[in-house]
Amino acid sequence: MGFLDIKNATKSYGPVRVLHETDISVEEGEFLVLVGPSGCGKSTLLNMIAGLEDVTSGEIAIRGRRMNEVRPADRNIAMVFQSYALYPNMNVAQNMAFGLEMHGVPKAERDKAVKDVAELLQITPLLNRKPGQLSGGQRQRVAMGRALVRQPDVFLFDEPLSNLDAKLRVDMRTEIKKLHQKLKTTIVYVTHDQIEALTLSTRIAVMYGGYVQQLGTPKEIYDNPANMFVAGFMGSPSMNLFPAKVELENGQAAARISLVDGKSAILPFAPGNAMASQEGRKIILGIRPEAITDEDGADRNSQAIHKLESVVEVTEPAGSDTFVVTQLGGKEVTARFRADVEVRPGDSFPFAVNMEKAVAFDPETEMRISG
Amino acid sequence: MATAAATTNAGAGSAQVIRTGAGSRYVIYTLLILFCLYYLLPLYVMVVNSLKPLSEIQAGGMMALPDALTFAPWASAWSSAQVGVEATGLRPYFLNSILMVVPAVAISTVLGALNGYVLTKWRFRGDTIVFGLLLFGCFIPFQMVLIPMARMLGLMGIAGTVPGLVFVHLVYGIGFSTLYFRNYYQQFPTELVRAAMIDGAGFFTIFRRIMLPSSGPIAVVCIIWQFTNIWNDFLFGASFSDFDSQPMTVALNNLVQSSTGVKEYNVHFAGAIMAALPTLFVYIVAGRFFVRGLMAGSVKG
Ligand SMILES: Nc1ncnc2c1ncn2[C@@H]1O[C@H](COP(=O)(O)OP(=O)(O)O)[C@@H](O)[C@H]1O
Ligand SMILES: [Mg+2]
Repeated sequence: MGFLDIKNATKSYGPVRVLHETDISVEEGEFLVLVGPSGCGKSTLLNMIAGLEDVTSGEIAIRGRRMNEVRPADRNIAMVFQSYALYPNMNVAQNMAFGLEMHGVPKAERDKAVKDVAELLQITPLLNRKPGQLSGGQRQRVAMGRALVRQPDVFLFDEPLSNLDAKLRVDMRTEIKKLHQKLKTTIVYVTHDQIEALTLSTRIAVMYGGYVQQLGTPKEIYDNPANMFVAGFMGSPSMNLFPAKVELENGQAAARISLVDGKSAILPFAPGNAMASQEGRKIILGIRPEAITDEDGADRNSQAIHKLESVVEVTEPAGSDTFVVTQLGGKEVTARFRADVEVRPGDSFPFAVNMEKAVAFDPETEMRISG
Repeated sequence: MATAAATTNAGAGSAQVIRTGAGSRYVIYTLLILFCLYYLLPLYVMVVNSLKPLSEIQAGGMMALPDALTFAPWASAWSSAQVGVEATGLRPYFLNSILMVVPAVAISTVLGALNGYVLTKWRFRGDTIVFGLLLFGCFIPFQMVLIPMARMLGLMGIAGTVPGLVFVHLVYGIGFSTLYFRNYYQQFPTELVRAAMIDGAGFFTIFRRIMLPSSGPIAVVCIIWQFTNIWNDFLFGASFSDFDSQPMTVALNNLVQSSTGVKEYNVHFAGAIMAALPTLFVYIVAGRFFVRGLMAGSVKG
C-alpha cells in the first residue's frame, strides 16, 4: 500500500468511458507525472484524486484512507491549475491565505505561513498586488505559493506551465524540480509535454485513450517502451520505427532492413538478445535518433555498433547536433550526428547503429516483443 | 435587453475606429446634434413649463422660457394637488413606489445571481429545463397573468398592498435577472470555483467571496433594468393596488385625470418629471460604477 493509491479506478460520462481501470500506487515523496496527448484522460484522473470528479468505480485512497466520498476540502490536497485560478478580487497575500482561513487557521498563523512561503518563492514584494497586476510567471508562482501554504499531503498540478512562454517554462520547470527536492512533497503532475515528464518525474504514467499505457521511471519509459505508442510519444525527436525481419546470421539474431535502392542491410542484435527464437518474424524495429550516429559519434561502451550505408535525404543543423534524415525499411529515419560532421543531402554515408538500444515491436499488436 | 447587449459588446474591448474625412465628419456631427436636440426637446418643454405660472402656458408659448419663474407647481404636485379623491399631492405615492421598487429590485437581483451561480457552477440534472422555464417566464405577456395573479394575491392575503406589488414584480423580475447572471457567470472561469472548493469554501462562501465581488458590471445592468421596468410599470400598479398602495405611475395618471376645473398643466409637468427623476438618478449613479474589466487578469494574461 502506498501513500496515494489509485485502485482499479474508472470514470464514465454516461455510457462513455473516458478512464479505464487504472492502478497506480504513489509512494510518499514521489513525483508522479501523468503524460499523454490531449483528451487522454489525464485531467480527469487528477480531478478524481482532487475530488472534483466522482469516481465511477474503484477507489482513491490517501494514507490508507478511502477518499471517494470525502469532500475536496477534507482530502488535505492542494492543486495548481493551468489557468492559475487566482481569485481576482483578492491580493496575493489574501489569495494565499484563503485556504487556511477556510480551514479555521488563526490570523497570526496564516500571516506567518504566507510570509514563509512568499520568501521561499521570492514573491514577498508582490504580496499586496492583485492578480491582474502580475505577469504570467508571477501568477504561476503565486498559484504555487497558494498550494504550498496549505502543507498538504499531496500536490496536484494540472499543466501548470503550459501558459508560459518557452524560456520561462524551462526556468519554472527547474524551479519546480528544486522545490520538490527541497520539500520532498508528494506530487501528481499532469502535462502533455514529454520533456517536462522526463525531466521532472520520479515516475511517469504514459496515458492514451483512457488507458495507462506504461508506468515506470523515466529511464524505463525511455529505454524500454512497452508499446509503439509510448515509443513514439516519449522522446524528441521521437523514436524511429520501421519494419524489419528477424534472420539468423552465424547463429545470431539479426534484423534485415530494406534500403532505398532495392538493396538490404543486416543489423545483428546485441549478444544475449532473445530474438533468436523469433526467426522469420516480421517486426517493427525501434531505434532512437541518438542510437544512429556518424561513426565517430557512436557510443564507445556499446558492444553492438553496426555500420550501414544509406543515402542522406535532409540535414537539419540544430546547433549542438545535426539531425540527418535517411530512409530505412521504407520509412524516414532521423539520425543524430555531431554538429561538425560534413554531410550533404544526396551523399551515401555510413551510419553507425547502436543495436544495444534497439527494441522490437509486433506490427499487429504494437506491443513490445521482449524475446 | 438592449442594455445587456451593449455591455457585452463594449466589454469585448478593442474599439475599432473608422477613419473618415473632415467633410463627412462635419455632416455626421451636425446630424448627431440635430437628433440630440430633437430627443431633448420634450425634456425642455417639461422643465420649462413646470416652472411657469399657469397663465403663461394658457397664453400660448409652450416653447418660451418662463417670464415669472415659480416653483409653486412643484410644491403643489408634491404635497397638495388633487390625486383621485384626496388632495395629498404625489408624495405618499412616491413613497409607495420606493417601498415597492427597492425590495423588488434587491431581492430579484440577489435571487437572479444565486440562480445564475447554481445554473452555471453547480449544474444538476434538468438544469437546462429549469433555465428554459425561467426564460419562458420573461416572455409571457403581462396581460395573461393578470387574473391568475389577482387570485394568487388574494389567496396569499396581500392583494391591494405594497408587499403584493413587490411580490408581483419579484416573480416577473427573477426570469430576467437569472438570464443576465447566468450568461455572465458562464464566462466566469469554473477553475476559480474549483480552486475555492479545494481551499475549503462552501456553496455560499464561494458565492459571497468569489462570485459576487466579480459581479459588479452585471449587477449594475440588472439593477438598472429592473429598476426602470418596475418603477415605470403601470399595468400591474393599476391592477393590483388600492388607493393607499398605488405606485407613482398610477398616481400621476390620477393627478392628470382628476383636475375638475382648469387643467393645471404646469403641475402635471412637474409631477411627470418627479415620476421620471428616480430612473434618471439610477442611470447616473449606477452608471458611474459601471466598471468594465473587473475580471481582467484572473485567468491567463
Ligand atoms: N464533463 C464531461 N462530459 C463528457 N466527456 C468529458 C467531460 N469532461 C471530459 N470529457 C472527456 O473525457 C476525455 C478526457 O478528458 P481530459 O481528462 O480533460 O483530457 P486531458 O488528458 O486532455 O486532460 C476527453 O475525451 C473529454 O472529451
Ligand atoms: Mg487536461
